[in-house]
Amino acid sequence: MHNKPSFVLFSHSQSSGVIPQTDVRWISESGIIDVFILLGPGPSDVFSQYASLTGTQMFPSLASLAYHQCRWNYIDQDDVKSVDQGFDEHDIPYDFIWLDIEHADGKRYFTWDPNTFPKPAEMLQSLMENRRKMVAIVDPHIRVDSSYKIHSEILSSNFYVKNKDGGDYEGWCWPGNSGYPDFTNPEMRAWWSSKFAYDQYEGSMENLFIWNDMNEPSVFNGPEVTMHKDARHGAWEHRDVHNLYGFYVQKATAEGLIQRSGGVERPFVLTRAFFAGSQRYGAVWTGDNAAEWVHLKISIPMCLSLGLVGISFCGADVGGFFKHPTPELLVRWYQAGAYQPFFRAHAHIDSPRREPWLFGPENTALIREAIRQRYALLPYWYQLFYNSHHTGQPVMRPLWVEYPDDVWYDVHSFQKHEGDQSLHVPVSMSSIPVFQRGGSIICRKDRVRRSSSCMENDPYTLYVALSSQGSAEGELYIDDFHSFNYERSKQFVHRRLSFVDSRLSSSDLSPDSEFSTSSWIEKIVIIGGRLPSSVTLTNADGTEAPLQFEFDSSLNVLTVRKPGVNAASDWSISLR
Amino acid sequence: MACVHLLLTLGFAVSFGTPVEIHRPRGVPLSKKSFYDENKPFTCLDGSKTIPFDQVNDDYCDCKDGSDEPGTAACPNGFFHCTNAGYKSTFIPSSRINDGICDCCDTTDEYNSGAKCENTCKELGRKEREVLQQLAEITKEGFLLKQQLIEEAKKGQGEKQGKVAEMQNGKKQLEEKVDALRTVKETAEQPEKEAKERHLKAWEEQKAAIRLEKDKANMAAAFLELDDDADGFVSVSELQSHAELDPDADGTLTEAEAKGLMGEAELVDTATFESVWSNIKDKYHPELQPETVPVEIPPEEVKEPVVDNDSEPYPEEDLSEEDDEDDEDDEEYHEDEDKPTTAAKYPEKTHEDEEAMPPYDADTQILIDAAQRAREDFDEAEKALREMDDQIRNIEKELSFDFGPSAEFTYLYSQCYELSTSEYIYRLCPFNRVSQKPKFGGSETNLGVWGSWSGPENNKYLVMKYEQGTGCWQGPNRSTTVKLTCGKDTVLTSTSEPSRCEYLMEFTTPAVCQEPTSIDSFPHEHVEL
Repeated sequence: MHNKPSFVLFSHSQSSGVIPQTDVRWISESGIIDVFILLGPGPSDVFSQYASLTGTQMFPSLASLAYHQCRWNYIDQDDVKSVDQGFDEHDIPYDFIWLDIEHADGKRYFTWDPNTFPKPAEMLQSLMENRRKMVAIVDPHIRVDSSYKIHSEILSSNFYVKNKDGGDYEGWCWPGNSGYPDFTNPEMRAWWSSKFAYDQYEGSMENLFIWNDMNEPSVFNGPEVTMHKDARHGAWEHRDVHNLYGFYVQKATAEGLIQRSGGVERPFVLTRAFFAGSQRYGAVWTGDNAAEWVHLKISIPMCLSLGLVGISFCGADVGGFFKHPTPELLVRWYQAGAYQPFFRAHAHIDSPRREPWLFGPENTALIREAIRQRYALLPYWYQLFYNSHHTGQPVMRPLWVEYPDDVWYDVHSFQKHEGDQSLHVPVSMSSIPVFQRGGSIICRKDRVRRSSSCMENDPYTLYVALSSQGSAEGELYIDDFHSFNYERSKQFVHRRLSFVDSRLSSSDLSPDSEFSTSSWIEKIVIIGGRLPSSVTLTNADGTEAPLQFEFDSSLNVLTVRKPGVNAASDWSISLR
Repeated sequence: MACVHLLLTLGFAVSFGTPVEIHRPRGVPLSKKSFYDENKPFTCLDGSKTIPFDQVNDDYCDCKDGSDEPGTAACPNGFFHCTNAGYKSTFIPSSRINDGICDCCDTTDEYNSGAKCENTCKELGRKEREVLQQLAEITKEGFLLKQQLIEEAKKGQGEKQGKVAEMQNGKKQLEEKVDALRTVKETAEQPEKEAKERHLKAWEEQKAAIRLEKDKANMAAAFLELDDDADGFVSVSELQSHAELDPDADGTLTEAEAKGLMGEAELVDTATFESVWSNIKDKYHPELQPETVPVEIPPEEVKEPVVDNDSEPYPEEDLSEEDDEDDEDDEEYHEDEDKPTTAAKYPEKTHEDEEAMPPYDADTQILIDAAQRAREDFDEAEKALREMDDQIRNIEKELSFDFGPSAEFTYLYSQCYELSTSEYIYRLCPFNRVSQKPKFGGSETNLGVWGSWSGPENNKYLVMKYEQGTGCWQGPNRSTTVKLTCGKDTVLTSTSEPSRCEYLMEFTTPAVCQEPTSIDSFPHEHVEL
């Protein structure tokens, strides 16, 4: 516990000739530094070696990869209802609406303000009827109040962090005077997890998920706004375990959500504090940013860097937390956020309202389009996270990690760009420059609906971008999108899609798994190909059928109409 | 793939008595049925493409405008038509077909999703009719009330305009009166001033004479006192008995000094004493008179100087020696300043008291009284003019407000409407201000003062905007938007704060009730044909 692991990542991706030199110095507040040297040789080797030490990205539910609408604070149940309706009125998809600290009764987490949220179960039920979900905040500072059950139980179990003199450590946070449960204590964590049971957390339902904020832990009147270094966690001083505190808060919360469903459902927990290994428990965001262009810019390297150290489920507050974004900044942030792993808009309580339809019809349309692109690509995000969960490869990767030389296609215009060059792309307010690598096959669901779960059984469109050799490869992963059945009983579909020698085929990557889906293949778009004379579908039983197609000779894009095959079956399509 | 047909059996029992069967593809409104002829290829409604009819509603999007898939979710921009028999027919985005959520009250949007939808159209229709009925009644009554309000406002407005005209007249008269009275006043004040000056001058002269008289008496008395041997002369030695006369204040009056005071004479008689007296009268203490009663200093003047209090808040170690010295200086300064001056002032006061100015003579008093009356008359007239001016301004201000196209909002002017919530009492004073007062103590917060009408372009009189209220910490000034809806009563029905420091109120008033459309066009059980 007292060891400070350090990871040294080497890789040989740089061009040879120059021996890279990096001088690094470590300082530790206490304890012993363990140094692990990861030898690579390539970046993806380093990722899997690091994952073998700290674990891989937890596999999130599909919905949690969709769009999240947050604000400090949605005022009351009516407000939640009207925002929910607002999304439908403006035909903008979303999956989660979030409640910040004001929802709790006097910042007593696990409770609801009786005036503003008198009937939380009713509210959650009505969201569920719209196939949507909610996240409520549960922070680890506990209001010192003898009438507050959570506090009394922690007190009577002696679970609070102690001060140097052995009394319960107290500090100031949102509720005022607060105690801090000792999350380094496994018994305390087990108790904490048990508090998320439906009969313990009153008003909670299976579509309520959790946000852990302030888990550094934040102590307003503490040194560097955190806990005193000499506070006691059992035998250890806070200085020894500071980095682990936030890690354990998220772990205990995630385990609570798993337990409340009897181990069936995947949890979703967002955390602000994290440490090596936090990827195993949920998502992180980059903290309290501001509505400034530089903060939008920095969100990209921040999440790329976190991806390199295993934490793939990363995002920044879209729009910026502090201050008020201009419509242009807000639109651009949506356009960027739609292509980052964790996609949540959030706003400070002092900033004016910011729901996507409040900036005029043009901006509403631009934001709608950005969010729709996210939803169309959800199958790809999901497959990338499945891959990350298994291999430790980051979901969001810098270009140097791979593919430096391939050709790329603009996903909107299908325009081709050669690789290994600097490209200046002209943009308008409506353009999001996104490119698909030649040689890749990406599965999309182009029927965007009001939430990801409404799209579960929808058909797929395959976007096949050919390499300069005329081939492409991709994967398709399907399961129930929310449970652990993919792991516990191998209930999933994992297909390899490959285009070689004018033949696109789908083969089983996991013959021992089993899952039936009603999704089918709606359309195939082959980019960078040639005009065939015929397109023939071969079914698993060997039967053949001709398919209609269209060819755009200016862009060399072939669209194959309605193969109609089930997404889980074996099939192939030949171009002749 | 076979084209999906929808057999619609619409119960027209009420209006026609016989069921009618209509064939058309799923999701197509009756008005567009003619475009979907199953015996012909289908041309996209935008004309972009023609496809075999069996590709209509085959769950694949062929037309850019989505028109080939009215009944499936295949096209991203398509619309599905819900007939909703018994309620309002409507279009929903294609993406809501078979998404597991019941959108159409007739359940037709969820034909293949497993969602359990119930047909609620009848119930919704019934409820809507009830609401419409209520609304119609409210609108009807509200509109009648509105007519009254308009009548009253017009009447009131006319009255006010008349009043203003009348008052302008009155104002002119008042201005004339003020001018006249000003002349009267000035005319009366001139003789008053002269008489007063005369009186003052006479009194000054009298005072001087009395003072001279007194001095002479004092001199004679002093001479008698000093002339110890009563030889009719004051000698140098006799003068020396009055040590207080010592010119250099060394405590002794030397012979030479005394001689000096006596103009170098050994002896002076009463006549020459006059010049000696002028040298010594300021210091001279009469012998036989009792000591002058020590001056009683009023208590507030005795107060210690405040210097010590000033230095108290500072820690002692902060005070340098220099500061200490300054302190002492300060004390001295106060003693020098305060005490002697008070002592010096006091006798003069008594002096004056003794010699108070005699009352004005009867003639002067008559002039003063006359001037005073003229002044009072003038002041009164001027005050009346000011008040008249204020009244005119107030009415003109009221008349300048935009009280609506027919002045129907006039009645709200100078009224206030309150609404109590769990924490606050909200107060809306139309055309004036909005405020919020905590129920359990605390001061009132200004949520904005009257700004403008800011409803939609077609009717700006549906929304009021109040701006520039109390500033918010790190935020904007508070402002309030008031939405007006038709009601029989004038009531503030709700308040909320959708965004920090931006308040929203709902307010019902007959003044926004529209003329009810003729009762015959009231929506009956409406079924689309």
